[in-house]
Amino acid sequence: MAPRVDMLYFFLIAVAVFFSVLIAALIVFFAVKYRRRSADEQPKAIGVDVRLEILWIVIPFIIAMAMFFWGAVIYLSMAKPPANAIPVYVVGRQWMWKFQHQNGKREINELHVPLGQPVRLIITSEDVIHSLFIPAFRVKMDAVPGRYTSLWFEATRAGSHHLFCAEYCGTQHSQMAGQVIALSPPDYEAWLAQGATGREPLASAGENLYQRLGCTGCHMAGPTAGMTVRAPGLQDLYGKRVQLENGRSVIADEGYLRESVLRPRAKMVAGYQPIMPVFENQVSEEELVQLIAYLKTLRSAEGGTEGSAP
Amino acid sequence: MTAAVEPKDNYLTAGFSLKSWLTTTDHKRIGVLYLLSITFFFLVGGLAAVLFRLELLTPPGDLVSADSYNKLFTLHGIVMVFLFLIPSVPAAFGNFLVPLMIGAKDLAFPKLNLASWYVFVLGGLFALWALLTGGVDTGWTFYTPYSSTYSNTYVSLMAIGIFIAGFSSIFTGLNFIVTIHKMRAPGLTWFRLPLFIWAHYATSLIIVLGTPVLAVAILLVGVERLFGIGIFNPAIGGDPLLFQHLFWFYSHPAVYIMILPSMGVVSEIVACFSRKRIFGYKFVAIASLAIAVYGFLVWGHHMFVSSQSVYAGLIFSFLSFFVAVPSAVKVFNWTATLYKGSIAFDTPMLYAFGFIGLFTIGGLTGLFLATLGLDVHVHDTYFVIAHFHYIMVGGAIMGYLGALHFWWPKMTGRMYTEGWSKFSALIIFIGFNLTFFPQFILGYLGMPRRYHAYSPEFQVYNVLSTAGASILGAGYVIPIIYLLWSLFRGKPAGPNPWGAKGLEWEKTSSPPPVHNFAEIPTVTEEAYNYSGTNEQG
Ligand code: HEC
Ligand SMILES: [Cu+2]
Ligand SMILES: [Cu+2]
Repeated sequence: MAPRVDMLYFFLIAVAVFFSVLIAALIVFFAVKYRRRSADEQPKAIGVDVRLEILWIVIPFIIAMAMFFWGAVIYLSMAKPPANAIPVYVVGRQWMWKFQHQNGKREINELHVPLGQPVRLIITSEDVIHSLFIPAFRVKMDAVPGRYTSLWFEATRAGSHHLFCAEYCGTQHSQMAGQVIALSPPDYEAWLAQGATGREPLASAGENLYQRLGCTGCHMAGPTAGMTVRAPGLQDLYGKRVQLENGRSVIADEGYLRESVLRPRAKMVAGYQPIMPVFENQVSEEELVQLIAYLKTLRSAEGGTEGSAP
Repeated sequence: MTAAVEPKDNYLTAGFSLKSWLTTTDHKRIGVLYLLSITFFFLVGGLAAVLFRLELLTPPGDLVSADSYNKLFTLHGIVMVFLFLIPSVPAAFGNFLVPLMIGAKDLAFPKLNLASWYVFVLGGLFALWALLTGGVDTGWTFYTPYSSTYSNTYVSLMAIGIFIAGFSSIFTGLNFIVTIHKMRAPGLTWFRLPLFIWAHYATSLIIVLGTPVLAVAILLVGVERLFGIGIFNPAIGGDPLLFQHLFWFYSHPAVYIMILPSMGVVSEIVACFSRKRIFGYKFVAIASLAIAVYGFLVWGHHMFVSSQSVYAGLIFSFLSFFVAVPSAVKVFNWTATLYKGSIAFDTPMLYAFGFIGLFTIGGLTGLFLATLGLDVHVHDTYFVIAHFHYIMVGGAIMGYLGALHFWWPKMTGRMYTEGWSKFSALIIFIGFNLTFFPQFILGYLGMPRRYHAYSPEFQVYNVLSTAGASILGAGYVIPIIYLLWSLFRGKPAGPNPWGAKGLEWEKTSSPPPVHNFAEIPTVTEEAYNYSGTNEQG
């Protein structure tokens, strides 16, 4: 992404330099050429030239639209992570960044990523708004309490890069910083495997929670369990379009899963009763991440199909 | 031109007691009261800036603690935005000049005008109280839920201050709108109005439509803080983004509250010192209104990485580019006005040149921020800081100083020293660029804003910036000295020292009498009729 953003940046600099120099040069030129030579000088009036006015309305407009489209194209690809992106869950809090990898490995203020592979960060905050900013990759996204946001990048240079909090969040805002460490894929695998004994992968921690919180009572356990009458089956849910009671439909992304667990009444699945307990304030952000990681692993034998009914 | 003598009976000699000032309903005196109070706030805000620029001289946070640093930049932002920039040109010069320029005896509601000053002072006192008893550390943007739940500083007190001060703007805006509609001199049609008046009309519309929304937003922060009612904090059922929407719905247009009046000032100055009618007068006039209207449609460009939907981002970016057009129209027309003019380099004109150049850079770098894919990187970095200081200091304050130097002879009847005033204009221009240009680079390199301590690689640019700020600070102190000196020793200005067109110059003395004009003037010509040919367009 960085080279694409930089190209756009240089285009805008070129435009800015061109117009600043043009205006400055004209002002200096006119000011010198037409400087007042005698106190009673009276310049002749010049009527407005509408063609000129139209010209300098239309030209800036066209250039502005070029900027808009170029910027929009990049923004859209920033919003759409590649399917093979490695998910990492991020929780911001006053004043640190906590990262959780798929295999359960955690780190604070340091994020290890493999070179040449897209990484997707799923971000939230436990308290106020923060913003995760990695200047080297030209990406930034706010960490907003109560919801998930995400960004993705692909590291192309080994080594460590700054990681900042960009949204003012209180006393130690400027200390809420760390490093993104990009490793070659083998080094990354080795790093991931370090200390693996005794550590539970996110999804299996999620499965335990799923049992402990009694989700199974209604949703049934295991990928083979069919639909029960009381609650919808959860296999293949992630990424699927869900039909809601109010006639709308939503794509089941992390944000939807989050809301369905914390506040089930907010978006009711069509055809079910509002019997699911509210889990808000019952699970921590980190537990929620584990639950969601588990839900994402629930696949039926046939695999999910887009748009199938619950 | 009549001989340069000061009229015996003028608004300044109408009474010398403190009471005569504090109970005045004369728009000119109220303008002066505002001028004095906002200058005070400008110095307070500037002092805070000097302190945190010193802190930023070295990478570690060593001069002041993190909390003090956060309170300093909050103080600087709140005071400069709400207590200096927003009232600056309209409340001081608009108050003084709107009636004079349209040939009226006063504003439509003189008592409301005085009330607006008292309300402003009251709001300012609350703000000072909050600052002196311990300060506020939320930044001038008050983002929730930090401001509404987490900050344990004097947020509620400050919120009350800003809430109150907002009403003074609303009173002033209402007064201007009614006055401009109803009290123009005979013959003064809309398209004969000076562009200063058009700019103030557009500004007043924004003030009246936008300020109530800020008042509501800030009130809701107070309600959540004091009563724990969940409005913005998701932990108690609120929505943190709602605040950002409400806040920027006002605060983006507020940028135009700050810059439009200065644009009006620049039009007056450029016309006078090139002895030409502003090229494309009607386009410039309509551009002010266009800016006021578009200004309300673009607030979401502050929220491209806030988790606002991608589609909202696309629309807000698209609309933001529309605002660029009327601003460009103005710059091109001012420049074209110089063509075949008779250009003099008096101090006000130097400020106008400074304005055009710096505003151009500020506007062009605004395009960087409206461009979605690019804003993601530079958002909340020093790039943004540099951009809006080019608009607000390079633009609005240059316009403010231009106005001060252009109408000072009218307001006081005295001339200031030319050499010193030109020297300080130059110092301010250099100091400004040295302070803020390096910040564009810092921002692209990735230094976030509001950082008490920073990574050593950013130091060079911070040193340049701090050096520039010291020069800029000196540049601002010099005018205070020679302007005060001119009050006592300046030579009498006479009614029209610049040979300017306009009722305030041609039809009344300097300083003007209490009722502005011996008799209400009748207008028979276009604005800026320097050539005497009364051309249109
Ligand atoms: C008392 C029964 C019950 C329990 C216990 C329960 N749920 Fe549910 N759940 C439901 C019902 C009924 C629905 C469908 C109606 C709705 O949207 O609330 C549902 C909906 C969902 C959905 C949305 C499904 C879709 O197709 O969109 C998710 C995800 C979910 N539950 C997860 C969980 C998790 C995780 C737990 C344990 C922490 C849990 N549920 C516990 C009854 C239950
Ligand atoms: Cu922060
Ligand atoms: Cu804006």
